[in-house]
Order: sequence, then structure tokens, then C-alpha cells
Amino acid sequence: MNLTLTVNGVEHSLDVPANTLLTDLLRTQLRLTGTHVGCDTSQCGACTVHLDGRSVKACTVLAAQAGGRTVTTIEGIGSPDDLHPMQAAFRDCHALQCGFCTPGMILRAIELVEDGGALDNRTVREGLEGNICRCTGYHNIVKAVLAASDTMQEQSQ
Amino acid sequence: MSAETGIGAAVKRREDLRFITGRGTYTDDLNVPGQTYGVFLRSPYARAKINAIDAADALQVDGALAVFTGQDAAVDGLGDLPCGWLVKSKDGSDMVSAPHPPLAVSQVNYVGEPYGLVVAESLAAAREAAELVAADFEELTPVVAAAEAAKASPIHEGLEANLAYDWELGDEAATDAALAAAAHVTRLDLTNNRLIPNAIEPRAALATFDPTSGEYELRTTSQNPHLERLVLSAFVQIAPEHKLRVVAPDVGGGFGSKIFVYAEETVVTWAAAKVGRPIKWTAERSESFLADAHARDHVTHAELGLDEAGRFTALKVRTTANLGAYLSLFGSSVPTFLYGTLLAGQYKTPNIHVQTHGVYTNTTPVDAYRGAGRPEATFVVERIVEAAARETGRDPAELRRLNMIEPGDFPYETPVALVYDTGNYQASLDRALQLVDYGGFKQRRAASEAEGKRRGIGFSCYIEACGLAPSQLAIQLGAGVGLYESGEIRINPTGSVTVFTGSHSHGQGHETTFAQVVSDKLGVPFDDVEVVHGDTGRVEFGLGTYGSRSLAVGGSALISAADKIIAKGTRIAAHMMQAEPDNVAFEEGAFISGNQRLTLQEVAFASYVPADYPPDLEPGLSEKAFYDPENFTYPAGAHIAEVEVDEATGVVQLVNFVAVDDFGHVINPMIVDGQVHGGLAQGAGQALLEHGIYDADGQLTTGSYMDYCMPRADDVPDFTVDTTVTPCTHNPLGAKGCGEAGAIGSPAAIINAVTDAVGTEDIAMPATPEQVWRKLHGL
Amino acid sequence: MNPFNYHKPSTLAEAVALHRDAEDPAYLSGGHTLLPTMTQRLAAPSDLIDLEGLAELTGIAAEDGTLSIGAFTRHAEAAASAEVAGTLPALAELAEGIGDAQVRNRGTIGGSLANSDPAADYPAAVLALNAVIHTDRRQIAADDYFRGLFETALEEGEIITRIDFAIPSRAAYEKFPNPASRYATAGVMVADFNGTVRVGVTGAGPCGCRAHAFEAALSAHLDPAALDAAELPAIDFNSDLHASAEYRAHLVRVLAQRATARLVAAP
Repeated sequence: MNLTLTVNGVEHSLDVPANTLLTDLLRTQLRLTGTHVGCDTSQCGACTVHLDGRSVKACTVLAAQAGGRTVTTIEGIGSPDDLHPMQAAFRDCHALQCGFCTPGMILRAIELVEDGGALDNRTVREGLEGNICRCTGYHNIVKAVLAASDTMQEQSQ
Repeated sequence: MSAETGIGAAVKRREDLRFITGRGTYTDDLNVPGQTYGVFLRSPYARAKINAIDAADALQVDGALAVFTGQDAAVDGLGDLPCGWLVKSKDGSDMVSAPHPPLAVSQVNYVGEPYGLVVAESLAAAREAAELVAADFEELTPVVAAAEAAKASPIHEGLEANLAYDWELGDEAATDAALAAAAHVTRLDLTNNRLIPNAIEPRAALATFDPTSGEYELRTTSQNPHLERLVLSAFVQIAPEHKLRVVAPDVGGGFGSKIFVYAEETVVTWAAAKVGRPIKWTAERSESFLADAHARDHVTHAELGLDEAGRFTALKVRTTANLGAYLSLFGSSVPTFLYGTLLAGQYKTPNIHVQTHGVYTNTTPVDAYRGAGRPEATFVVERIVEAAARETGRDPAELRRLNMIEPGDFPYETPVALVYDTGNYQASLDRALQLVDYGGFKQRRAASEAEGKRRGIGFSCYIEACGLAPSQLAIQLGAGVGLYESGEIRINPTGSVTVFTGSHSHGQGHETTFAQVVSDKLGVPFDDVEVVHGDTGRVEFGLGTYGSRSLAVGGSALISAADKIIAKGTRIAAHMMQAEPDNVAFEEGAFISGNQRLTLQEVAFASYVPADYPPDLEPGLSEKAFYDPENFTYPAGAHIAEVEVDEATGVVQLVNFVAVDDFGHVINPMIVDGQVHGGLAQGAGQALLEHGIYDADGQLTTGSYMDYCMPRADDVPDFTVDTTVTPCTHNPLGAKGCGEAGAIGSPAAIINAVTDAVGTEDIAMPATPEQVWRKLHGL
Repeated sequence: MNPFNYHKPSTLAEAVALHRDAEDPAYLSGGHTLLPTMTQRLAAPSDLIDLEGLAELTGIAAEDGTLSIGAFTRHAEAAASAEVAGTLPALAELAEGIGDAQVRNRGTIGGSLANSDPAADYPAAVLALNAVIHTDRRQIAADDYFRGLFETALEEGEIITRIDFAIPSRAAYEKFPNPASRYATAGVMVADFNGTVRVGVTGAGPCGCRAHAFEAALSAHLDPAALDAAELPAIDFNSDLHASAEYRAHLVRVLAQRATARLVAAP
């Protein structure tokens, strides 16, 4: 089927089989391999991307469902020279080790902050329950999200 | 050297930039032209004979290229997957090894065991074809529970029993006598629950074969690519080492599970030559649950004798260890040498005897996972010490302190074959008690009770043997390889530095810490040092990363290599400065003689452009070293957990955790804290959440994240971590290793807290809500 | 995942017609159960009919004691809706506790109810809040809707369009999540309609059910202690790795008591 969607600001028109998952479209067709696949039950969150600004697990979204919409992946939120505050905070706080869960974690964390609710240790932990990290014990991830939240709020003012 | 980037500085990790921007390169991110896709055929039964495999329909699928079976591999002479550690039974006989073909040939022995590989043009075609392979199985009765395995009929044809070995360590007679004479004996039955490691990156392999050169290249999720290559060459005999390159690119966590040489990467490498095309295989998570080595799974009875003053007189331990269906690469060593030797803990217990029955069952093979044997040992020692304190009415912290090896006792030889070089266990306990506010616990307990919750506190004063390992000792004890590490430092002509290490980083941050070490030692800017790892084509040799060994062994190899660089540079500089080498000093990146000074960069340039150069010296400034440790390192520490237990539901909430660890000298405290946090969460997972469960038919009932309970962000609290320092006495960095401590110390501390809250010693891991609810209400 | 035809109808009638004409169709409404099942090749529909964007399935409105939620309302939308928070905060809280954030951004109330997973959260609310389930062809009362394990009153091809919840004087939902999957091991909603109490239970049995004896006890005396000895629902309680039937039954009582306590304490 023919599909037009915008990924990281670039419009793509593609011909894909209807049974293509968004993860496959991103990783295989567009070679955006920053979106990872860590499970097959929609639990781990490594494949989290933004679909029209909302975080979704791309392993459980058909590419077709993203037709006409805007997808943002880890490659689209910042670059090595111009990091998103959440990316910078993850580095500053040592919120990643092997890095495999990190893209999904960062994308979910950005949404969590942008949603604008009051954040503290507990609400950040609850807000990240859809993303599994095996390396960090979450301690520094929570620190990073709270730090980035401050930076993002300052920047938006 | 720079305070910002040298040893001891919390340098931000240089590898992070690629990970936080999605530019990491994990195995599944790689694609090569002409690539095909492999899907493994896996046993649906715990134990069955394979009567026939019919691939005719599968090969009709559009895009299907080949179906390989165990028979095909056997015809090609593919060797068995070896176990790298020969354990002997107490009667002196060798352990009983069941043959372990990469693809099952005549019988499958656990659910998920691969018996074939389907290769196709696309993953979808490979999956479709795999569903059409018709295998005729004849089901056999499986043996699932470890406790019954020794008595059950053997699962492997040709073996007399399911007992792989009956191993012992220590003086049984002396231990029995001391127990008989003890004023008090505490007895405890313990299980150490089966865990499934679950690195978030599933295992993967991409194998290519070049028929013109006969060279294979395997890119795979490995913690030790050189060992992988050694095994595939020497044992499986796919290709000689010079025709086989193994690359471990970015690897998404390992925790031990990616040490081992598995069937999958072995078979796709072999098959890549058979189909003449590259083959890619990536595990789905449900495959990982079945096919990655599992962990722990012990059943233990322990007895601790105390004299009237509360001093430990004897510890006797009887353990049955579930090895799974086959001996995995290090599977035999985990419940023996990595377990029994640690049963002295931090204490001066004079008599210890341990016996381990390693048994085969129709379950996934069990091998090393973060801590590997040492969490099991710590769980036995620290649970029984806590129970003894309660039984004899002593404060658990004070009973520990009474029995601890004291700073003046080192080096201390334990009754279970280790010589601890240094430590100060009282110091870490004191600091932990202070950080947890032990004195305030009663008030906190009262506050919890006011909210309908019970509160408990638990201790764990653990020790581990890390920095694996002195090669000769390891080989004497049955290891099939030396356990040194290699390092190479190349000073490039313009003075930048390329470091090659046989260690492998899959989250540990070696690209940063090893650069800190070399930059500090050689006085060159941190940014001028690049660290290369994980590629047999670039790094000469290595044993890889496990057992908290990378810094203590691999880092020490780099120090040795740097010493050689300085020695050679000194001779070059002396020549250039017309000084005696003995009168040349190396300080902060420069060779100095009197008021003359040459930087390392200048000397390096001279070594590659040898215009004014010692006549008896080879050009170039590149040195390598193999560092073989004299002894293990002995990280140790004190962990204290506090939990709240909901009386109505049995839910246990870990509310406070303090870890004070002694890792010797620390290179990068930010990274070390992160390693501890991660280990603690895995330990909390073992204590409260995680359990690999098989049903009576040998089906894994916890085969996905829907049922296997991974710790999530809201399952754990912020951790309070701190360190004390007694430098390791026998390596040049004074470092002990920090990777496993969190997972080793914490399960016992948490269960001690739960048992304290509930008021019974009879709580098994994981302390699930239902179990705790039943114990609370006597159900 | 097996191949299938993907359809995105623009009207409800078109969706129903597509379903009628396809060989082995399935509606796609969130997809957080269907797609993983298809990925694991446990389901292989010939045609997927995406219900997203159908005007008939959207919108949230509160009027005349009824909160009406369009079937395609995602859990996150329900949780964030001012109408829901203003009229039925317990329902907003329930929606906020479903799965995780990413799941809530995709999953829909209609999809969840059509699937009728025994461990889903919404059934407790549908039953406690005496909801009416509107479909493309009729209205179904909550008490007639849940029929068994993954079994509902829906006919082949029938599409839920909206759910009308009766707005109680007060309500509270308590959930005991499965520690691994975060589905409801058990979940209980207690709703007080001016002294008449309804109690909806999920997770405990093959499908959502009411706890009639609890309702009677609480209608007589709205106090957690009233449930100390009240009879549990007469169902076969589920038993699995995470909770035996006995423990689940116990949890249902505890959750009902806790929900009652919160309800009573609420301003």
C-alpha cells in the first residue's frame, strides 16, 4: 500500500506491505536504527517514538496507522551538536549504560515533561513504567528526567 | 594529570553521545548486501526423541533457501558446544558431560532447544517456512525439578545418572565436629530462585563468508569475542582463527548472558558458507526467554554453629544446583568454585564444608549471571547469620561485627581456599549504619505500623572474589583457558593514542574509564586517547568482560603496556637529550633530564621518524602487555535494606536501601555508582519480583514480560550508595571491580528485611505478595 | 505477521459493510491486544478495518446525569478529559492506571470493552456505573454485556460507538496490578448512587462481574467494615502464577474495602 508520512521533519512516500509495523518501517526502510526492539509483547518500551507528539510503542503500531501523520524518533529530537535537554540530561546524569533502552526512555521522558504535570521522584517513576531498563536501576534516569524538566521549563519561559 | 579527566574524576561518558542520539550500532542495526534471514526451529517439548524432520513443504515457500538440521551439522563434522571448566567430583572423577551439539540431532532436552535452522530471503518467509517444517517427535518423560533430578532416571542417553558432579570443598570431619560441639546451631533451608537475565538487547548474529578467501566474519552480541572465536575454531571447528573474525559491536547489556558461546551464532556462521550468503538472526524476546542461559536455581540446606559468645565455629552447606539440560560454557564452575569458595564471607568461621550436587534437568542451561555463584553464597551466609542473630537474641549488626575478619588479620586465608588480600569490613558496616540511621529504625517502624504496614530491616555484609583470575590457579581448578587480559597502547606518530583492550564494554563505559587510566598514566590529553575493543580483527587477544574483571585485570594490562611505553620512550628521550636513561624521569607526559624536557608526542614522532635515534632500538612506539593477576580481588561491603509490608495484601515495598562498598581505588565514581545502582535493582528483582518457573511438563510459564516480572522504575527506590577504600594490594591500579556487588549483596539484605517484618525465616525468593500474605496470616 | 488488507473507512456504515464483505475481518481500535497477537502469528485476519477517525466513535460529553464517551476515545484522552474529571474522577483515575503511558496513548475504551480481557480495568467501571453500551445497531445494558472469557454480547461485525456511564454521587476504583504485566490482578469500583451502591469487579473471574452481596451490604451501611463478612461474588476466581483463586478472592474484598474507605473519605 502507498503511504505518506513525515518522519523527523522529512516527508516520505513509500510503498509498503500492509502488515509492516512502524518499527520495521523505521528500522528497515528508513534505516533509522535508533528505534530498538526489545520484546514482542509491547512491554519494554525500547521502540517508543512520538506519533503526532504522543509516545507510542512502534512495535504495536502499523505503519499504515502512521499514514498522514508525523513521527519523531530519537534521531529527530536533537543532534550530537545540538542535543535536546533530555538527551543532555541523560548524559550529564549518567542515566544510560548499554544505551539500548535509552532512545525509547528519552522519548517517553520528553512527553512526560511536556505533559506539564507536577513531577517528583514518585511521579517520574510511575511515568516511566512502560520502559524497562536493565542496566541503571532507574536511579539516574529519574535524576535526569527531573533535571531536564527544569531545563525544559526554563527554556519554554 | 588533569583533575577533570584523570583517575578519580567523574568524567562524562564519551560513548553516550552516540547512544542518546540513536547512532549506536548494535548487531541488529547492521545489514549487509545479499543478506538472508535465519529462524531457528525450537523444541516444543522438554524431552523428546526426534524421529524425523520433513522440510519439503517449508522449502516450497517463496523465498525459502535452506533448512539445516542437526544431522546436517553432524555430517559436516561440526563439534559440540564445550563447557570450559572441568569440575571434579569429590572421589576425584571428572564431571559427567552430556554431549551438546549446536543443533539437536536425535533428542531434544529442553523447551526451546534448537534442532534446525531455516534460511530465507526475508524474515517473513523464514518464519512462514519454519512453521511448515514437520518434525516428528516422540515425547519422553522430562525431569524438571532439581531436587528430584539425582534420583530420577537419566535424561541423557548413555549417561548413568543426572548427577554431573558431587563436588566438595573444606574439611567435613572438622566441620561436623565443630557443629556437634557448638553452643547453638542455626539450620536453614534456602532456595535461590531461577532467574532469566534479560539484557534488553536480544541476542543477534550476522555471519558472512567470503568463498574467495575462505574467511568468515561473525558480528554478534558477545561479551568476549576472542573467546567466541577460540571456541568456534578450536572446539566447534568452523574455521581456523585466522579465517574467522568475530566482532562484538555495541552490545545492549550482557550481565553474563552474552559470555557464552551459543548454538545460534555458531550455526548461522557455519550455515553462511553453506548457503553462500550472509545470514542474520535476531532473537525475539520470547526466544531469549527460552534460549539465553538462565541463572541461580539452587536448593540448599545450611547449618551454622556458634559458641556461647556468639562466635561462628562452623558452617556446613549442602547444595543442589540445577545445571539445566547441558553444561553451558562456565555452567559447571558457577555453583562450585565461584560459590563454595565464598562461604567464609567476611567472617573468621574456622570450619567450613560445602557439597554441591550439580544436576541435569530438562530445562534451559544455567550459567553465570551478574554475580555468578557469589550472590548464592552471600545469600546462604547472610541469611543464616541473620537467622542466628534472631535465634540467639543478638543484634544482627553486632553479631556480624563480632565475627568479622579484622583489618589486622590480612592477608587472611579462609578454610575454603581463598586468601583475602585486604579489606576493612567494619568501616563499611559503620558507614552503612550511619547512612541508614540505624538508631532511628524503631521510630520508622512505629510510623509504618501506624499506617497498617510492617517495617523490617535487613543486613548483608558480602564479599566477592573478582578480577578473574590468576591463570595457573584457575587452570589447576579446572578452567580451560587462562584468565589474564591483554592490552596494547599505540602512540601514533603525531602523539595521539590508540588503546586496544581484550575487555569488552557493553554498558560499563570502558571507552571512557580506560581512556582516563591511559591519559592519567601517560600524561596525554583524555581526548587524544581512543579505546578499541570488541573486534578480533583489531585487538590481538582477550578474555572479555565478566566477573568484574575489566578494570582490575584489563586495566592493569594497560598499566603494564604504558610502563613499557615509558621505558622505551625513556631510552629514546635519553638518546635525544644525550642523557643516561637512569637520569631521565617521566612526569606528566614528558621525559625530563635536568632542565631538558621532551614531550611524549615529541618522542613518539622521533620513534617513527628516527633521524636522531638510538642505534639498538626498533622504531615505533607501540607496546602490548598481558596481565595475569596474582590473586583474585575481594570487593566487599555492607548493604542494608528497609521494607514495608502491607498486612492486608502482602505487598512488599523496598523503601530504603543503603550500599557501602569497598572497590579499592575508583577510576570514575559516576560510573561506579551507576554500576551499583544497576546491580541493586537486579538484586531487588531477584528478591521481590523475578522467577523463572517451569511447570511439571517442563514448559516455561514465565516466558514473556507479561509473566516474568522485570523491575520497573516504580518498583525500586532511590538508592543511597557510598564507598570505603582499601586498595587492592596486588594490582597496579589498586582496583577491585564493581560490576556485580549490587546484585551480590542485595538479595540477602532485602529478604532479611522481609523476614524481619513478617516474623518468619520461611520466605522464599521472590517474596511475592501472595507468599508474604500467606505467611503473615498463617495460611 | 501474516499479510492482510488494511482498510480505513470514513463512516461507520462503511466500516460495517467492509466487515460484512470480508473473509475473516477484524476491527482495529488501538490494536494493543490484536497487533501483538498477530505479530506472534496467533491471529491472522484477512482484513483489518481501522476505526480511527470515525466521527460516530468520538467525543466526550456529560449531560443529564450521564457521561458519554465515544468508543474510539483513547485511555489517555479519557484520563485527561475535563468532562471526565469533572463528573467522574474515579473513571479518570481508572483510565490513568491502565497499562502504561504508551499503551494509554493508543488503547481505546471501545477496543478494550470489545476485547473483554478478564484483566482489563474498564469492565469494573462499566458494571459499577451501570453503563449503557451503544453500538451501530442497538444499546446493551452493562449487566447484559459481559458473557465470559473474551466473550461479550456483541454480534459478529457489531461496533461499539459509545458508552454512557451513569454519574454517581461518588465512586472510587482500586486496582491490584499484576506485578509483571500491570494488568489488573483484581480491580474493584464502588459507586454510590444516592445510597444505592453498585460494585463492579474485574480481574477476578472470566469477565467483569458485579459483587451483589457487597452492594447490599454497602447500600445498607456504607462502611468498609460492612464488607468484612459479606459474600464474595459467586464466580470461579482465576488462578495463575501471580495470584491463586483464594488470594484473588481476598484481594477483591480488600480492594472493595479500600475503595469504600476512599469513597467515604472523599470530600
